[in-house]
Parts: sequence; C-alpha cells; structure tokens
Amino acid sequence: MDDLLRLENITKSFSGTQVLKGICLTAGKGEFITLLGPSGCGKTTTLRIIAGLESPDEGRVLLEQMDVTASDPNKRDVNTVFQNYALFPHMNVENNIGYGLKIKNVKKEEIRRKVKKMLELVQLEGYEKRMPSELSGGQRQRVAIARALINEPKLLLLDEPLGALDLKLRRQMQIELKRLQKKLGITFIYITHDQEEALNMSDRIAVMNEGQFIQIGSPADIYDRPKSSYVADFVGNANILRGTVTHIEKDIVSFQHESGMGSFLSRGHRFVTGMPVTVAIRGEQTTLGQTDPLYIDRKDRMSLHGIVKEKSFSGGMLHIALELANGEEFICNRHGIDFEILSGDKAVIGWLPEHCIAVDLIEEKP
Amino acid sequence: MKNKKMSRGNKTGRLNGYILTLVPLYLFTLLFVVGPLIYMLVLSFMTRAETWGVVAEYTTKNYKDILDPVYLNTFLESLRLAFLSTLLIILIGYPCGYFMAKLSAKWKKRVMLLLMIPFWTSSLIRLYGWIIIFRANGVLDAALMGIGITDAPLKLLYTYPAVVVGMVYALLPFMILSVYSSAEKLDFGLVEAARDLGAGAIKAFLTVSLKLTLPGLLSGVILTFIPSMGLFFIADILGGNKVVLIGNVIQEQLMKAHNWPFAAALATVLMVLTSLIIFLYRKIAKVRDLEGIV
Repeated sequence: MDDLLRLENITKSFSGTQVLKGICLTAGKGEFITLLGPSGCGKTTTLRIIAGLESPDEGRVLLEQMDVTASDPNKRDVNTVFQNYALFPHMNVENNIGYGLKIKNVKKEEIRRKVKKMLELVQLEGYEKRMPSELSGGQRQRVAIARALINEPKLLLLDEPLGALDLKLRRQMQIELKRLQKKLGITFIYITHDQEEALNMSDRIAVMNEGQFIQIGSPADIYDRPKSSYVADFVGNANILRGTVTHIEKDIVSFQHESGMGSFLSRGHRFVTGMPVTVAIRGEQTTLGQTDPLYIDRKDRMSLHGIVKEKSFSGGMLHIALELANGEEFICNRHGIDFEILSGDKAVIGWLPEHCIAVDLIEEKP
Repeated sequence: MKNKKMSRGNKTGRLNGYILTLVPLYLFTLLFVVGPLIYMLVLSFMTRAETWGVVAEYTTKNYKDILDPVYLNTFLESLRLAFLSTLLIILIGYPCGYFMAKLSAKWKKRVMLLLMIPFWTSSLIRLYGWIIIFRANGVLDAALMGIGITDAPLKLLYTYPAVVVGMVYALLPFMILSVYSSAEKLDFGLVEAARDLGAGAIKAFLTVSLKLTLPGLLSGVILTFIPSMGLFFIADILGGNKVVLIGNVIQEQLMKAHNWPFAAALATVLMVLTSLIIFLYRKIAKVRDLEGIV
C-alpha cells in the first residue's frame, strides 16, 4: 500500500516510434530495483520520466501516492546519477556536491559541513577543491553519487552509473553502492544492461525489452524461474530448445527435439502429449559425453546429439559450442581449460530434469 | 651513444621544422601589424608639413590638440555609441546564438547559411540598403504608414538611432557566431542535471548555461565593442554629418585635412583606450580563456 513510487501504464513515443508501451512498476521504501535490458529498450526513457525530464504521453507517475506526472524535475523528491555523470565542469567538487543545497539557500557553513560528510561517505575526503577534469572516472562517479545523495532524496535514479568503469572498479563500486543504499535506506532504481550487476545488487529486477517489462521478480526468480525464453536467454544465457511433448510420467515431462530427446520437471503446469514446448537449460548444468552415459538407468533418459564446433575459455569457464541437428547452437560450460572432447567430435548432451525449465507458457488465468 | 646522438639530431631537426612553419606567421605579424603600429606611433610625434606630407620634427602638439573639448567629446560620444550598440547586440545576439545551438543539425545548417548570406555582398552596399529603408518616405515609412502605426514620415535617416541600427546590424553576426560556438559545446545534460538537483529553469540557466557560455559572450563583446568604436563609414552613411564618431575624425584628418600626424595621434589614443577597456574588462570578468581571441 505504501509504495514510494508507482508507474501506471506509461506510454511514450518519439517521432512516431513507441518507446514505452504501457509500463507499470511499483517500488517500496528502501528497495533496490534494477531495470535490466538491452540498449534501446526504453530503460533510460523510463528513468527520465520518473525524474521529470520527460513527460509520458499517457499514464501516471505517483510518488508517495501523489500524482507528479506534470511536476517539474525540481519539484520532485528524486535525484539522478546520470550516465555520463553530468558534473558541472566549471565548479569544483565541493560546489558540485553542494549545488542542490545552494539552490535551496542553505547556509554556507551548513553546506560545507554536509559536503564534508558526503565526501566521507563516498571516501573522497580532501578532494573539495579539485575540478571534475582532475578526477578519474571512478572518482567522478562518486562525486555524482554524493551530489545526488546530499539532497536526501526519497528515490535515487542511477542510469548505468558503472558503465564507464573497468571491470575491477565496477565490482568494487557495486559493493559500495549496495552498502550505501542499505545504510541510507533510500530506494534505488538502477539501470544496467549487465545481468551480473543486476543479479548481484537488486532486491527486484525488471527485465525490459522493446518498451515493456517482460518479467519483474527477485534475482532468484529471474535467474532460476524465467517465465520466457527471452529472460532465460538474456539473464541466464540459457540454451533454448523447442520440441514436442512425447510422454509424461508423474512430474517428469519428456519431449522430442530434432536432435534427440530431453525432459524437464512440470512444476505444476499442465502438459499433454503432442503439445509444442519451449525449454531453457543453462550451459553449466549440462553434461557432455561421447555416448549416452549418465542417465541410462533412469526413465527420463535423454540424449541430445550435437557436433562440437568451437571451444573458448573465459570467466573461469570453458565454453563448448555445439551444433544441433537443426543448425541451432547449444553452449555447454565446464570448469577448467582441458576437456577431452575436440572440435568436430560427436557428443551427447545431458542434464537433470530439475535443471530444465519450460518457458513461454501461456499464463493460466485464475 | 651513436643512437642517442642521432635521435637528438632528429629532435632538433623536428624543432627546426616546427619553427620554420611559424616563420610566415611571425613575418606577417611583423610586416602588417607591428610595423604599421610603430610607423603610426612615430608619425604621431612628427610635425605636419606646410602643404602636404610630414616633416620629421619631434613635437607633442598633436596630443595636446586632442585635449580640445571637441575631440574629447567625440571620444565620449564614440564610447557611448559603442556601449549602447554592444548592449543591444548582447540582448539580441545571445539568445539567437544560444538557441541556434539547440537546433537540430539540419536546421543549424540552414540558419548558419542565412547568417552567412549577407557576407556575400559588400557591407557598404548593404548599408546603402538601409538608406532605402530609412529615408523619408522610404520602405520603413511606407510600411509603418501603410499599417497605420504612424501617419507622418519618421525621417530616421541621418539620426542617431539609424547609426545604432547600422552598428547592430553590421556586428550582430559576430556575437551570434561567438555565442553559438560556445553554446554548441555546452552539454544540455548539465542543465537537466541542474534541474534534477532542484534548480528552476531560470536558476539552472544562470548557474550553468550562462556560466559555461560566458567565454563566447565575452569574446563576442570584444568582437563587437572594438569595431563599433571605429566603423566610421556607418556613421558617415547613416548618420550624415549629424553623428560624428572618432573614426570619422581620424578619417577626415587623414583624407581631407591631410594632417597625418594628428590622425596618427588620434588613432594611438583610440587604440590605447580600447586596449585599456579590454584589459579592465578581462580583470573584472576573470576570464582565463576568451574563445578564439586573446
């Protein structure tokens, strides 16, 4: 009931192209929500509408039950950390951070005291007199965060704040941002196209594509129980297989694919023989063998055949790309560099049914 | 060892090449800026010959003559006109340049073209155009009387306002372009950031946009203020003999009275005066880098 932010059926078009197709979102107090999606999916537009820098064609923006759809950005208790930080180049760090307070005619000593406190918070003590041009990317980013937080907003919007930083610094800032957010209890709405970042930091993730929210849920929901092949692919880098249900035994459903057989757990959904089905299975939860080895004694025996095309090593994992009979690619991930299967080998892919999930199901309305 | 020497040789070679490319620039400045300036300064301390030309005889008479109230008043009048024109140019030119930078690339090109087209004709011819507009029963009078705003000719030609309009017209493009070049570099995201941090539209403009386009505005002021002190032909054509600026006096002394030393003295004083104003102005404005100039 006491939602801090509520978006109701927001639509927005730019020169005839619909960028937002009626999005709804609620955010509670102190929640960390991530908008995750590829570039051009409407994340930034959503954020700009919340900030008041853009007005929606239709729909309403409510802040603490107050309709602020028509309010100017300076009349909203919302601050933004912009993608390029947008630090004022003609002001030093102190004046940048103190800008919001100065606008509100806060006393000079008070501003100085609060800026000092903010600089401590973002670990930039002693940088008051530096100009933005004299700061590194990570430092600029901290100044941008401090400049927004000093106004004690109820809601902080962050537009890919870590996008310009290198991987190591990004990891470090992820932890720091999360720590800040917990400490201050401010609601964060955070934009990223990096699924790891989203999974690491968020209380809830809203996966976005083509101006719509595809799925909103906790990181575990999004990662382990994707509802659509899009989410399974975008967030979990899962393999997507399309087949036909052949038989059902208790909660194990088997399906026929052009490259062989597979099975998954029904998880309470109703399946019937002959119906088409789409499943998602993540690469690290598959096995790979030269013959049908592992589940030979089980009812859910499966044997999906493929030809090894390529092996690459990244992120501590070996990625083996296989080509299935229908030409689709299937990725298996393994720890370690060495793996006895070579390019051109025939291989059999297997998995436990509980690791395979049916997606793109039509929602059963109660 | 040998390598080191070679690399040093290369370095000085490159340095020589670098200096060589600058030589024409220095030569040009020496020949056409520093040279004439020295010539003018020397000339201003010489004596006018009886009939025509100059006698190489040192005197300070020329400078003493300037102290005559007639000439002092002319200086004051010129300053007044320069201030007034510059103020009007700022008021018109700043918004134009600023909003031009906000246009889409397509419209920027079009507006820029419109701004440039007048330069394709001589400024003298364009000023004669203003005569047709301003003269009694001219285009302006006909239009105003046609609409019914006035019922008698305004007789604007050969008045002070006509000269001001001429100055503003001639120098406005420099202000617009100067502000535009500054505003183009302005990231409008910064204005949004200011708004996001609680600033109203006006406050955001004053604290961010204006501050960041100030270099353009200031160089625009210099580009308009200095010429408006010396554009004698505008006062000549549109002011008749009613508006006499220091530029007119210099031109008259040089071309009609053939008193070169006195003209040189007047020009020297004018130059010192404008330099002083710019110097003070830079001190007050605390601008480290004026765009393009100084």
